[in-house]
Amino acid sequence: MVPLSFYLVLSGILFACGVTGFLIKRNIITVFMSIELMLNGVNLSFVAFAAQWHALSGQVFVFFVMVVAAAESAVGLAIIIAVYRTRETLNVDRVNLLKL
Amino acid sequence: MTPNLYLWLIPVLPLVGAAINGLLGKRFSRQTVSAIALGFCGVAFVMALRIAARFSSLTLPHVEKLASWIRAGDFQVDFAFYLDPLSLVMLLVVTGVGFLIHIYSVGYMWEEGGFYRFFSYLNLFMFFMLTLVLASNYLLMFIGWEGVGLASYLLIGFWFTKDSAASAGKKAFIVNRIGDFGFLIALFLMIKHFGSLNFEQVFRIVSGMPTEIAGAGLLTAIGLLLMVGAAGKSAQLPLYVWLPDAMEGPTPVSALIHAATMVTAGVYMVVRSHVVFDRAPQALMVVAIVGTLTALFAATIGVCQTDIKKVLAYSTISQLGYMFMACGVAAYSAGIFHLMTHAFFKGLLFLAAGSVIHAVGGEQDMRRMGGLRHHIPWTFWTMTAATFAIAGFPPFAGFFSKDAILWKAFSSEYGSWVYWAIGVFTAFLTSFYMFRLWFLTFFGEYRGEATASEDVHLASGSRIAASVPHGHGHGGIHESPTIMLVPLVILALLSIFGGWVGGERFDKFLAPALHAGVTAYSPEQQAAATPTPEQREHGTSEGLLASVSVIAGISGFLLAWLLYLRRPQLPQEIASALGGFYEAVVHKYYVDEIYAAVFVKPLIDGSTRILWHGIDRDVIDATLDNSAEGAREVSDAMRHMQSGNLRSYAGWIAAGAAVVIAYMIWIGTR
Repeated sequence: MVPLSFYLVLSGILFACGVTGFLIKRNIITVFMSIELMLNGVNLSFVAFAAQWHALSGQVFVFFVMVVAAAESAVGLAIIIAVYRTRETLNVDRVNLLKL
Repeated sequence: MTPNLYLWLIPVLPLVGAAINGLLGKRFSRQTVSAIALGFCGVAFVMALRIAARFSSLTLPHVEKLASWIRAGDFQVDFAFYLDPLSLVMLLVVTGVGFLIHIYSVGYMWEEGGFYRFFSYLNLFMFFMLTLVLASNYLLMFIGWEGVGLASYLLIGFWFTKDSAASAGKKAFIVNRIGDFGFLIALFLMIKHFGSLNFEQVFRIVSGMPTEIAGAGLLTAIGLLLMVGAAGKSAQLPLYVWLPDAMEGPTPVSALIHAATMVTAGVYMVVRSHVVFDRAPQALMVVAIVGTLTALFAATIGVCQTDIKKVLAYSTISQLGYMFMACGVAAYSAGIFHLMTHAFFKGLLFLAAGSVIHAVGGEQDMRRMGGLRHHIPWTFWTMTAATFAIAGFPPFAGFFSKDAILWKAFSSEYGSWVYWAIGVFTAFLTSFYMFRLWFLTFFGEYRGEATASEDVHLASGSRIAASVPHGHGHGGIHESPTIMLVPLVILALLSIFGGWVGGERFDKFLAPALHAGVTAYSPEQQAAATPTPEQREHGTSEGLLASVSVIAGISGFLLAWLLYLRRPQLPQEIASALGGFYEAVVHKYYVDEIYAAVFVKPLIDGSTRILWHGIDRDVIDATLDNSAEGAREVSDAMRHMQSGNLRSYAGWIAAGAAVVIAYMIWIGTR
């Protein structure tokens, strides 16, 4: 049996990768993928805890997160396409019209 | 079972008229407006007459309660109306003279803008004045008291586009507030010590209290405070300054409010509160002294005025002084008698003066009149009746009332020969300045412009109707229309015959109001109320004193004749001989200037420097301004955090999350 801490460390690494990617990448698509990475890092910790404590709610939560992530990617990709059509760029730093 | 007289209808009817004209009058024709105003006022007058007709069958005082108003524990105030001989006299004077002046105003104001507004205000005034005289408690009376002040303010400032009229209105209101302050404190004292403001209850309690012979007590305080209120409303020293300025209003207003009715409210109030004054001799003495001094003081100013309405204004103040003199020597019925005759002849004088002003096209300066008696005979003869009445010539009305006052001032137990002597001298002055007015206006040569045309009034700076188109009778002096002459004639008849009632019969009629329920009267006072043989012996001395005052009146007439008809250059010489004193009198003893320097200017300066600049601007405004400025500056600094850069936001979120997690770890490991 793999100890719980292994899963949690892997989950933390995945999450940290996601955060880093989110913060340093300029391409919206990459930023978007970093968000998915963070979500999945969290999912991994959910299932790990669920297996450890024999509690089903953790598994259910993972499904829940997946559904939200799917919806989010549908909406998010649509927004990205809309942004690209109007701005002709995928650089987040140039999508700043709401700035004061 | 006492009959229901529907007393409440009497004040309310004019209020309805005021409401209709005030709210809808703009669309009505002048005929409709005057019909409404006269109608509601006239019905009130008819009701008053009907009450007078069946008055002897009533049990007095007759109180009718309409609704209860304030209830707080034992303290209760109702909308209730109080009828006794005193309020009946006031009721008849107010509705009667008021109705006549309404009629006159239709003619006088016909050409003016704001016709409906004028009549709405006039009816509103009637409502408040009738509330004042019919109220059955001090609080309802106070409503009327304040209300007539409001109506007076509105009507003085009727031509509100003129600066002088607007500020005269404000002056009247503010000076009156000083008096009202005293009145209010008196009411508070009554609530605190008597627990009631109803006339009947207050008087019952006061009747049981001893006379404050040695030292001043509660009753003296209440009496003096009431007198402060009366001095404000009735233009007595030192609060008289508003009344001459109030002449800025249309002349019918001066006649109704500032001569016949409103200004006598103070006298009415003092007489109504006579139970208090009877037990506070010191307060009574103050009333007498204030009245006497005011009578003399105002009369001397009246001698040197050149504006026809100003002369009458000072004369009004002086005559009010007589009334207070009468009240001050506990001759209340004489005071009310003079109030009534004064309402007739002074109302008439103002209306006739209005007719004169109307005739000469807005001129008010007597030096530019003269020789008018042939041009306006009706006005001349009616004004003559009023002049003889105010000068105290028998058998005109003023003689009887003034004589009653002077006799009481001399013979009453509170009286003194000093009051009498000043009163007689004032009677001489009254006669002098009234005949001066009479001669200057009606006799000699006409001294105005040859034709009183429109631009002339504008150029001469006339104050009445100057900018108002004068619809009829252009070119030359003309008599007023019939609708203005009818009230003049009626009032002239009243001025001639109104005094024939006689002071004693009047006294007997008022006796139930002035002596009823007074159980604590000392035997001496009882004796004073009913004539004794000893007093009858005074009949000869009364005749003697009366002849002295008649002589004073005649000598005033002769002096005026000498100075203003026979030797018109003589006044100039006398004036230059008197020098500084004459200057002082012409400038009304500089009282307005003194008040301006002593009260008004410090008040304005203090308000400007301390309250406005010091507190309002530097403390209150500054606090708000600075906190607003601070908030703006902080926000300005914070604004830069919102860069619009998506990744910087994400960085903030990550940093925040890191801080939260670090905190939770720290909590967990502690």
